[in-house]
Amino acid sequence: MYSYSDFDEGFVRARVAQFTQQVERRLDGSLSEDEFRPLRLMNGLYLQLHAYMLRVAIPYGTLSPHQMRQLAYIADTWDKGYGHFTTRQNIQFNWPKLPDVPAILSALADVEMHAIQTSGNTVRNVTADHFAGAAADEIEDPRPYAELLRQWSTDHPEFQFLPRKFKIAITGAPHDRAVTRAHDIGLRMVRNAAGEPGFEVLVGGGLGRTPMIGHVVRDFLPVPDLLPYVEAVLSVYNTLGRRDNKYKARIKITLHETGKEEVTRMVEERFAELRPLFGGADQALLADIRAAFAPPAFRNAPTDGFDAFYKADPVFRAWADTSLAAHRNDQYAIVTISVKAHGDTPGDATSDQMRVMADLAERYGHSDLRISHEQNVILPHVHKSDLPAVHAALVQAGLGTANVGLISDIIACPGMDYCALATARSIPVAQEIALRFKELDLEHEVGPMKIKISGCINACGHHHVGHIGILGLDRAGVENYQITLGGDGSETAAIGEKMGPGFAYDQVVPAIERLVRAYLAHRLEPGETFLLAVRRLGLDPFKAALYGTEGTQDAA
Amino acid sequence: MSRSFTPKVITANRLREGDVVYLTADDRWSPFHHEAELIEDEAHGQLRLLHAAAQKLLVVGAYLADAKAGPNGPEPTHFREAFRTRGPSNYHHGKQADYAS
Repeated sequence: MYSYSDFDEGFVRARVAQFTQQVERRLDGSLSEDEFRPLRLMNGLYLQLHAYMLRVAIPYGTLSPHQMRQLAYIADTWDKGYGHFTTRQNIQFNWPKLPDVPAILSALADVEMHAIQTSGNTVRNVTADHFAGAAADEIEDPRPYAELLRQWSTDHPEFQFLPRKFKIAITGAPHDRAVTRAHDIGLRMVRNAAGEPGFEVLVGGGLGRTPMIGHVVRDFLPVPDLLPYVEAVLSVYNTLGRRDNKYKARIKITLHETGKEEVTRMVEERFAELRPLFGGADQALLADIRAAFAPPAFRNAPTDGFDAFYKADPVFRAWADTSLAAHRNDQYAIVTISVKAHGDTPGDATSDQMRVMADLAERYGHSDLRISHEQNVILPHVHKSDLPAVHAALVQAGLGTANVGLISDIIACPGMDYCALATARSIPVAQEIALRFKELDLEHEVGPMKIKISGCINACGHHHVGHIGILGLDRAGVENYQITLGGDGSETAAIGEKMGPGFAYDQVVPAIERLVRAYLAHRLEPGETFLLAVRRLGLDPFKAALYGTEGTQDAA
Repeated sequence: MSRSFTPKVITANRLREGDVVYLTADDRWSPFHHEAELIEDEAHGQLRLLHAAAQKLLVVGAYLADAKAGPNGPEPTHFREAFRTRGPSNYHHGKQADYAS
């Protein structure tokens, strides 16, 4: 994996020193909160409902065991012994105290990590396919490009005060696991007619209060054009983007108001100016970065042990069927560790669990760990013969739940249990849905299902692209939950459609159960997933299940 | 006194710890909502808010939150403020743990 250069190391250390002094000046009163706030946000420090929250970037979701152990150490030393993995491949600590934050940042710098640009109107953590470098369906590992973008965008002087935050996602595979169509810029690796790899560039996707699917502005961008082209997009956005209204400031609105053709024309014009200024240094850097992402030395060994175990042990089989994905090396598998035990908080790992995952990565996983936007942890390279041992260790640590991709593998934002922006809770809704379907023992019967829950309209829980989306709102001082159906975050991306009136807090789980039972009653065969059934049937049978036949008119 | 004024308390987060606190009538910052001063006059509320906001070495983000009188002192009227008196619902953390009797 990528190791910091002396420049990176110096930059991050300098920022820690700078912020240490800023905290001192805040604590002695030389800085007011109004002065300090933008400085702390630049370093990922928020003030939430009950405490401060520190958001740490996990670039393109990649972690080493050493880094994971340091996150566990931070959780034990300065927080409450756990961390929360987010939908943007970050980790959040929910209980740091302001005077301790410089020490935390210093501990992060010790393992080449930081919290820079995890907030503010800048280019945020560049996210990537969590199976990158391992997936069987991949054209190329996208992470060298993500790292190049990270280096280019970090502290980029032109893009520190954008009209609004800016999120870039990248995937190297045709199956989109990085929700690229719902990002400000989505980059999908494709091949041109000559077989060369490049990028399909999507601009103007996003969720939040105005959900939109990104538009393709370039069908094929050659690899050497990546930085100048992305810079051209940012540059046009920086000029055109609205600063008068924060709700209309994202690039999706710029694109919507200006028109895709005009924006594309301006981007190409700016690109023509910028391209000659990139003299090849970026490509030399890219070559160095690529070397850091060379595949591990895969072991060549028999896999019969796995096959025998798979046949013999039904618990292992259930886990293998849900948690494993095809690896580019057929002796290997990609393991998704469910951080979604029924009834637990989605995406929360204790420090002990972090250490177990670090140990497993070191012992069985070529020292590689990933965080997915679906709030799970991935061991991308595990030899199949080691899977029984990995499974046994995960089960002991409470990490062996066989529910990846099923109804209890729910994305949930922190919601009003932590977040100052939230309008309702998300976490307990997720906990109760998971427990209910465990009790019914239905989730394997239901099959692939993505429920995504946001506690406010900003949609950190990606509810718009959930097969079932749940949005928590404050309706006249009471929590109320709006349900959407048919959303999809993959290469067939779609924004879910609103059903009728929302549901009270204690009515959400029964409503979800009615939807699921309607699906089971209507599906053609078990192979027709919930999403396919919604597409075939439309919303009416589901509205009838939710509201009874009289309630099908849309009152939202 | 305005007849339409909803009673309020002043709440904020401690600068160092981030903990939720409430301004009392005797100018302390208490962790307990029921110890807050219940403000029933708008002009008085604004003066108290100015007083609170000036304490920049102690608290951050002071604001007026709706409240009502209760048998043991002011009570929150909105669920967000009720959560702030306790802590999160997924773990026994925050005030519900720190001040458990």
